This record gives sequence, C-alpha cells and structure tokens, in this order.
Amino acid sequence: MQKSKFSWANIYLVCVFIFLYLPIFYLIFYSFNAGETMNSFTGFSLHHFSELFSDTHLVIILLNTFLLAFLSALIATFIGIFGALFIYYLKRRSHRNTLLSLNNILIVSPDVTIGASFLILFITLGTLFSGFSLGFWTVLLAHISFSVPIVVLMILPKLQEMNDSMITAGYDLGANERQILKNIILPYLSPGIIAGYFMAFTYSLDDFAVTFFVTGNGFTTLSVEIYSRARRGVSLEINALSTLVFLFALVLVVGYYYISKDNQGRSKKKKRGVLR
Amino acid sequence: MKKYNTLLAVPYFMWLIFFVLAPVLLVVGYSFFDQNGHFTLANYAEYFSSGKYLLMTFNSVWYALLITVITLVISYPTAYFLTKLKHKDLWLLLIILPTWINLLLKAYAFIGIFGVHGGLNSFLGFFGILPKQLLFTDFSFLVVAVYIQLPFMIIPLLNALDELPASFIAASKDLGASATQTFFKVVFPLSLNGVKSGVQAVFIPSLSLFMLTRLIGGNRVITLGTAIEEHFMVTQNWGKGATIGVVLILAMIVVMIFTGEKKVGGKK
Repeated sequence: MQKSKFSWANIYLVCVFIFLYLPIFYLIFYSFNAGETMNSFTGFSLHHFSELFSDTHLVIILLNTFLLAFLSALIATFIGIFGALFIYYLKRRSHRNTLLSLNNILIVSPDVTIGASFLILFITLGTLFSGFSLGFWTVLLAHISFSVPIVVLMILPKLQEMNDSMITAGYDLGANERQILKNIILPYLSPGIIAGYFMAFTYSLDDFAVTFFVTGNGFTTLSVEIYSRARRGVSLEINALSTLVFLFALVLVVGYYYISKDNQGRSKKKKRGVLR
Repeated sequence: MKKYNTLLAVPYFMWLIFFVLAPVLLVVGYSFFDQNGHFTLANYAEYFSSGKYLLMTFNSVWYALLITVITLVISYPTAYFLTKLKHKDLWLLLIILPTWINLLLKAYAFIGIFGVHGGLNSFLGFFGILPKQLLFTDFSFLVVAVYIQLPFMIIPLLNALDELPASFIAASKDLGASATQTFFKVVFPLSLNGVKSGVQAVFIPSLSLFMLTRLIGGNRVITLGTAIEEHFMVTQNWGKGATIGVVLILAMIVVMIFTGEKKVGGKK
C-alpha cells in the first residue's frame, strides 16, 4: 500500500483517527482561549496556564496523584514479581489455573464493584481498628490491589519463555537460590517487570471509579478533582491541564517508542550473534 | 528453590486473601443485610420484583451491548487496515496515546463539544441546522462511551490480526478462494480470540460507566453502575448497593463464560 495511493481503506482510517483525536485537540485549542468558554475563540492567551500554575490546590493534587502512581506501581510490582514466580513454580496445572483465575478477578470486575467492595472492606477495618480512616492510605492500598494482577500477567509470559536450563546451569556452577534469583531470573524478567510497572503506573494515573469510592474527604486525586469541577461546569483551567497532560503522554509515548525500538534492535542483533 | 519463593510470595497471598477474596465475600455478605444490620432477603426480593431495577438492569445490558457492538464494528476494519500499513508500531502507539489521557478529561471535552453553543452545534449550523440539546441525551452518552472504549477494542484486534501468518492468506488465494471467502473462512475465524478479548475489555467496563451517565447522560440513574454509586455515596443504603454489586459480579461471570476462559486478561 503506497502512501500516494487513494483508497477507501485510508479514508476510513483517517476518519477513525480524526474521531480519536478531535476531542483532545478541541480541549487543547480552547486552553489558549482568552475567553472563558469552550464555545467561541475570542483570542490567543496563556492566562489559563498561569491560572493553573498559581492554583496551589490543583498543583498539590497533581503531585499527590503522581506520588500515588509511583508508590502503588512500585509496591504492586514487588508483590507481583513473587506472585508470578510462585504461580509459575506450582507443580500441578490445576492449582496454577485456579490461582490464575483468582488473580484475574480484579482485572475483569467492573470498577464500580471493586470500588464499592473496597469501601466496605475499609469501613469494616475502620470499625475493627480505631484510627483507620479513608484517605491517602486507603487509596494507596486500593491502587496497589488493582495493579498487582496486571503486573503478574505482564511477567508470566516472560517466565514461560525462560529457558530453565539456565537455572540448572546456575545451580551446577554452585549458585545459591538468592544468586539465581538476583543474577539470572530477575535480569531475564526485566522487560516484563518494566512493562508491568509501566502498566500499573498508567492504571493508577487513570483510575477514577475505585478512587472515588475509597478517597474520603481529605485526599483527592486528579480524576476525582476533574470530576467534581466538571460537574460544576466548564472551566478553561481544566483545558490548560489537558494540554499539559497531553504533552506529558506524548513525551512518554515517544520515549517508549524509542526504547522499545532500541530493545528490538538489540535483541535482533543478539539473535544474529547466536546464529553465527 | 521452593522455600525461598514461598516466603517471598507471602505478600501476594495476603493480597489474594484481603483484597480479592475478602471484598467479594463482604459484598455478598452485605447484600443480605438491611440498613439496620438485620439479616434479610428483602434486598433481593425488591430487586427482582420491582420494575425499576429490572428495567435498569435491562437498560445497562442493552447500552453495554450497543457500545460493544458499535466499537467492534468501527474497530474491526480499523485494525484490519492498520495491519496492512508500514510503521505498524507507530500507528499502534497513536491508538494507545488517547488511552493515556484521563477518561474524565475526555468526557469533559465532550461537554464542550455537545453544548448548545458548542463545537458540534456550530458545525451543524453551517448546514442550516438549528442548535439542539445534544448533551444529556442517550445519544451523547453512547458517543462518548464508544469514544472511550474504542482503543481497548482496536488493540486486541490488531494483535490478533497481526499474528495471523500471511502464508495462510496466500494459501487460501492459491486454493482459489475469493477475497470475501478468504476473509470469512480464514481471517475472521482466526481473529476470533482478539474479538473475544476485545468484547471482554469493553463490555464489562461499559456496565459501570457511572461518571459518564452523571456528566454526559444528564444525571439520570440509568445503569447499574450509577445505581451502585447512588446507593453507596448518596443514599447510604449499602445493602441494596451490594445486591446490585452481586448482580454485576454474576453478569461478569456470564460474560467470561461466553467469551471463553482460554485467553483471560487480554485487556491491554
């Protein structure tokens, strides 16, 4: 399919991409509006951005959201690595499948159910232990919880690809279990671990429904804040925020593209080396 | 290997017990209690006897089904045509990019676009169509839901179609099949796994899009997700909310059985 060639397929694709990106660019376009609505563009201005940066409340929420995503993804990755290893080393196939189905419950459940059930859980815990209340810690626990199964699922395929004779060789050469784990298994799994961390991070950034249920009064994340502001009506500060979010996502995507391309190139070279 | 691993997997098991099994049991448990903490079956009795809840259930399933079918119809050709392009990874990333923008921001964009004086109405104005109330209608709810779910359908389809060996298509053509025959007898059946995981990734979340019904659908309680949110956050009737939660869990199990358990978790 050449680029210059006119075809219905390309027109269709162009339409789909316009549909995918039009709302986003609509938001970005009006973030530069001098006026106060998303209806008419009255002139170019950056004052919604300065408004955004001087809104300390929102900036703190933004930092909180990133801190939360960073921490929850980190902890979930640690839990997930050893969960995946445990599932992989189970001897009975039926046990493995049972554990895997339990693992997947939180992935396939509707967000609202997860949020509601966690709310019940935390309130129940709150009646058992005094001093346990809704806030940063409950949101963190909830985010870790829905990220763990994703990490496990990103790591398991890598484990299945792993050549077990490497580990046998390690034992033959006198390595202990700690060394095997540290020097053979974890480095081999690192692409899966990074992908898992990344996924957990984006899930945490993106989540609204679960956070909404377990957040309580004191703590807010970006999604919950946008929700409550959007219910009050249009405020172009949110548009300015969208522009920044889009730029951030774009940087991540481009970075990810080059990293994965680099990895592919390297692994191809490696394969070639092995073949020779 | 064994002893070492088991010890390190303790947090994983704590997670399984406290954050997977316990919440499910608690939801089921709460659905049997009324607001005063007495054991009762009234929640279920009310759910299954009142027209309001049954209609809501029907509505939710109907909307989720519509959203799933529309996204599938739009996504399948998209994924199919994309596999034929050069620089596939780049196009895939362009599909993924919108999913990294917060769902609430995307919903918010549509508040602007669908407003009475918003983008779509002024666009239609060029053709002499008078401004209409687009926001807070079922139509706008559907469009926004489809918009949000689209990438989650395209990605598994693209993966499935991309794995399809080109030699199969060549073989089919060699054996004298026409393009339509090749598509329906070779390409489509072999991409069915992608369709299944796409349907899974779209249908279940579509049952619970309460923020969309609040922001775009005009604050009406039309889906089960909205009903749960209302019972937990507004009316504080947890027993009823939990009952609907149990219904949603059952719906999820039904979907899982229909779409086959072989490839669970092809979400992204």
